[in-house]
Amino acid sequence: MEPMLKARGLVKRYGKVTALDHCDFDLMPGEILAIIGDNGAGKSSLIKAISGAVIPDAGTVTLEGKEIHFRTPIDARNAGIETVYQTLAMSPALSIADNMFMGRELRKPGFLGTVLRQLDRKRMEEVAREKLSELGLMTIQNINQAVETLSGGQRQGVAVARAAAFGSKVIILDEPTAALGVKESRKVLELILEVKSRGIPIILISHNMPHVFEVADRIHVHRLGKRLCLIDPKDHSMSDAVAYMTGAAIPEAA
Amino acid sequence: MSTGDNYEAAASNSATDVARFDETSSGIVGKIHHALHVTPALVPLIVLVASIIVFGLLLGSKFFSPFALTLILQQVQIVGIVAAAQSLVILTAGIDLSVGAIAVISSVVMGQFTFRYGLPPEIAVACGLAFGTLIGTINGWLVAVMKLPPFIVTLGMWQIVLAANFLYSQNETIRSQEIATEAPLLQLLGTKFNVGGAIFTLGVIFLLVLVILLAYALKHTAWGRHVYAVGDDPDAAELSGVDVKKTIISVYAIAGLICAFAGWALIGRIGSVSPTSGQLLNIESITAVVIGGISLFGGRGSILGTFFGALIVGVFTLGLRLAGADAQWTYLLIGVLIIAAVAVDQWIRKVAA
Repeated sequence: MEPMLKARGLVKRYGKVTALDHCDFDLMPGEILAIIGDNGAGKSSLIKAISGAVIPDAGTVTLEGKEIHFRTPIDARNAGIETVYQTLAMSPALSIADNMFMGRELRKPGFLGTVLRQLDRKRMEEVAREKLSELGLMTIQNINQAVETLSGGQRQGVAVARAAAFGSKVIILDEPTAALGVKESRKVLELILEVKSRGIPIILISHNMPHVFEVADRIHVHRLGKRLCLIDPKDHSMSDAVAYMTGAAIPEAA
Repeated sequence: MSTGDNYEAAASNSATDVARFDETSSGIVGKIHHALHVTPALVPLIVLVASIIVFGLLLGSKFFSPFALTLILQQVQIVGIVAAAQSLVILTAGIDLSVGAIAVISSVVMGQFTFRYGLPPEIAVACGLAFGTLIGTINGWLVAVMKLPPFIVTLGMWQIVLAANFLYSQNETIRSQEIATEAPLLQLLGTKFNVGGAIFTLGVIFLLVLVILLAYALKHTAWGRHVYAVGDDPDAAELSGVDVKKTIISVYAIAGLICAFAGWALIGRIGSVSPTSGQLLNIESITAVVIGGISLFGGRGSILGTFFGALIVGVFTLGLRLAGADAQWTYLLIGVLIIAAVAVDQWIRKVAA
């Protein structure tokens, strides 16, 4: 089967620091692929290289068999790859609805929208509210609230809802449950499974082993800037995975 | 999963309604704080209304007349237009020190193209507007693409444009009568008309239309939201799909265009084309923006606030002059207002939820 998203020989250096060292990557259609690795292993760099946030020094990325060269995250978004970054990438002073539709605002139909380019606030607010409700983010009172007035978990929920609402080919989640409470974490995991059931593959970066082992179909273990191995969570224990990613054990296949 | 892991099940029956809280507990200070946080232009509006009332009580009909109040509008029209341009730039967390220089060189281009090269005034005005836009675009390109700090870029551009202005014009003023007889279009924005004792000029009307237009664009178009997002956090804006470079370049270019219009209005106001006019526009525009409550750190404030800020300066200037006070009192009070405005901005930024 042709991978949905494939990378071969990715290299990214920041000065003398090598973040990606001839890294390979495969995401199969409809799967949840977890990426685990120690801090500084290059997980975030790998994600940024795939999502257009950084341009790799060498290597190729293909989406559905076609080679792609994203120059900016906007290119990746236009291709249907939606990312939730660890920093969440939201504008604190703007409202939840503004943030959810940043860069893809809805305009009013007819003269107001085409000539005066007026935003359709009402519809954007309705859609934003609906997406948050799907995620169970009921503690958000006002959709026009500035994002800076939300708690850390609520912000993360809004960012995940934004990606789930717009991702059509691939959704990348960088530590989506790190700041969330028990109930919100559960909702995010449910949402991940729901997105998968729609046939959209997900890349999940997480340090939370129980979450990874619960939802992932395969686990990509990242170490020292490249893929150390791919493991099946059904055949390996969490201890195995931790041992591989920290270098305490060497996977037998490699 | 063992039973010990089943803590998540306890959350399965949790509330599904959108949370609501009583808002009466916040008290009067909390309410004011919230209102200011939501509508930042309220502070300058209150100060403006208060100062008009105070001067009205002190000076009576000498101040509180259609003539005097519209005179304020005429006096602030140039600063107001330039401050509108400055607001856009400051909203992106930048600053434009070249606004005054762009206004002056644009007016000189309009004048010299008409009188030195004999171009029709319509073409000369268009050239002046295009020239202002071009300088703004260069500023924007240096800031967005070359990643130079806006302060440095526009400090340099200020000197370059001002020097070019004197070199090109040979420090020569085009006199008012010549313009009035040969190219009245250059003085168009100075055209006056009387509405029941209130005197308006086309420049004042232009300022009002400009403020409404920019307020609309900032609040109700995607471009406006992007301007705020870029000023708030450019990295976040970039990652969430805003073309940051394009937004910044467009802001500086539009600022250049607006400054060129200010240059045109300047000819209408003083009658002549003078390369030495408008020297204080930089500082005066930044003053209006700051008193208007736009944060110098970007992403917060509104164009209406700037308009009120410019009017506050105008009210103080005219009010104190009519009261016979030394002009230095105006500067002193404006200095106090600037510091007070920034103090209020800091207080508003503290989000007490």
